[in-house]
Amino acid sequence: MLDIPKSIRILLLLLTVLLACYPLWGEFFFGDRYEYYLQKLTFMMLLAILALSLDWLVGITGMVSIAQAAFFGVAGYTLVMLTPEFAAANVWVVLPAALVMAALAALVIGLLVIRTHGIFFIMATIAFSQMLYYLFHDAPFFGGSDGIYMFFRPEVSIGGVQLLNLEDRQTRFFIALVSLVAIYLLLRVMLRAPFGRVLRGIKENETRMRALGYNPLFYKLAAFVIAGTIAGYAGFLYTVQDAFVDPSAVSWTLSAHALVMVILGGLGTLFGPVLGAFAFEWLHYGFSNVTRHWELPLGIVVILMVLLLPRGIAGLLLDLSNRIPERKPDPAPAQGKGAAEAKPPIRETTKEARP
Amino acid sequence: MDLSLFLIQTLNGVQYGLLLFLIASGLTLIFGIMHIINLAHGALYMVGAYLAFWLTSLVGNLFLAIILALPIALMMGILIERFLIRHLYARAHLDQVLLTFGLILIFNALQSIIWGNDVHSVPVPEWLNHSVALTDNLRYPVYRLFISGVCITIAIGMYLLIQRTRLGMIVRAGADDREMVRSLGVNINRVYTLVFAAGTALAAFAGMIASPVSSVYPGMGESVLILAFVVVVIGGIGSIKGAFLGALLVGLTATWGTVLAPNFASAAVYALMAIVLLFKPRGLFA
Repeated sequence: MLDIPKSIRILLLLLTVLLACYPLWGEFFFGDRYEYYLQKLTFMMLLAILALSLDWLVGITGMVSIAQAAFFGVAGYTLVMLTPEFAAANVWVVLPAALVMAALAALVIGLLVIRTHGIFFIMATIAFSQMLYYLFHDAPFFGGSDGIYMFFRPEVSIGGVQLLNLEDRQTRFFIALVSLVAIYLLLRVMLRAPFGRVLRGIKENETRMRALGYNPLFYKLAAFVIAGTIAGYAGFLYTVQDAFVDPSAVSWTLSAHALVMVILGGLGTLFGPVLGAFAFEWLHYGFSNVTRHWELPLGIVVILMVLLLPRGIAGLLLDLSNRIPERKPDPAPAQGKGAAEAKPPIRETTKEARP
Repeated sequence: MDLSLFLIQTLNGVQYGLLLFLIASGLTLIFGIMHIINLAHGALYMVGAYLAFWLTSLVGNLFLAIILALPIALMMGILIERFLIRHLYARAHLDQVLLTFGLILIFNALQSIIWGNDVHSVPVPEWLNHSVALTDNLRYPVYRLFISGVCITIAIGMYLLIQRTRLGMIVRAGADDREMVRSLGVNINRVYTLVFAAGTALAAFAGMIASPVSSVYPGMGESVLILAFVVVVIGGIGSIKGAFLGALLVGLTATWGTVLAPNFASAAVYALMAIVLLFKPRGLFA
């Protein structure tokens, strides 16, 4: 979906401001637990970036990948492996290295799976991501199933002047927030650009795009690598936050969780998966507080969501916003440009078809 | 490397492959005929193993336990198809992935609630609990040979059922054109329920007969699920023959990998899949 209704845009802005001000109001509401929730929110924002990257693949390009955590984890492992045992690493070295490794992993896996379709694609992505999992899990070099601790977080400085202190929780919170907003806006811009339009075209009808002279394989691979690199960025920050990495960061379970976030939030809407990540993690946290067997209620929620709420939170919000009468009838030029497109995105048509 | 080690590993690989075939064949049938991707297939394997462990400890005999557990597994398959999967036929694969992932979560939680998180072992039945001499100084456990025999019997039975019977004909026709079969007066929904229940029972049965060899532990379904995916990707989706050969290839690769390069054994299987995908993106027999 190209244009978000104004009411939802305002809601998103309000939520972002509320989140950004958490250090101001959090202590007042949560007291002792302020620090804990600050960390929790940081983790949630980083998982939201992961969910965003997956929405770019599943919701925009139509590739149902269950390998997203692989690139997340590869970046995390790259960071930890490059960090010396008794000193901090230089962020200008480890960050690019982590992103390059994630992109490389996405390129190699992408090249292998890109020609497969549908269910085959799903199985192949899950299997290759599991290959990386076993690589990290079995090789003692990578710390095995125990994982590896990182005793010093990377140093962010230029010419000996420290710019950011990554050991500070609040700094990490704001880095996560700025990254989330920036990546969201970047994807929104890419979605409007010709590249994004081709991807949406591929999702709707790959054969037609090929007939129009586009090479779908190239575009799908590019989307796969971009999404993988963004997932790697999320994994890098996640590992900085956690100061620890273990094979669970590469596991297909994490990929499946990201997929649940995307659907819970609303496929293909970009803002939905971000909300979905917060909602999912909140449920996860809430259930695990109540019972050791948190998987049971979570599983039931996932099944009910698929059966009853296939368009996710974003779908609900869009329905609500349709009820709010718009002040201005039609911002003519912007709409006109959208209407000049071949046909509306598929989600829009299915939405209208439903009662 | 001496001959006896080679022989033992090959036998182990074949046995492992045949077991994988039982699991992968259910997966590939469910996909080939119903166009449903079932992530919970591995969880059903785990449930089978736990049922075998639980019932064996009650009745004292693995085979009696299997006879009691099979109807339970079939019933579970019927209920899952009736109440959940049936809503997904018209939906995208994505929804199937998510719903069956939800099922995994539920099965894992139920396993931990009902049976706890300990590792259990299941005793091999007395009359199979010995070994045969293959060469002068080499003995091989009879139970593993027994597993291979059972799997081969089931594979042949499945082939005959699908290729030679009226039911098999309907199933094959349903995979090609659902509407046509329905308009010819066949209750295709019942066929789908049957196929799903059969797939479930196959996975659960694999868990049951494997339980004395592999022991019973939480999360045992997930590694098997992924390997079954690898088998299906190598063999080609919907192809029983492909699943059979793919399973043997994967079983032998995994077993031999453990001997030759222990740290990369699990990766070897995926390397095999990568090679197949490079040259045959739709699998060997699609």
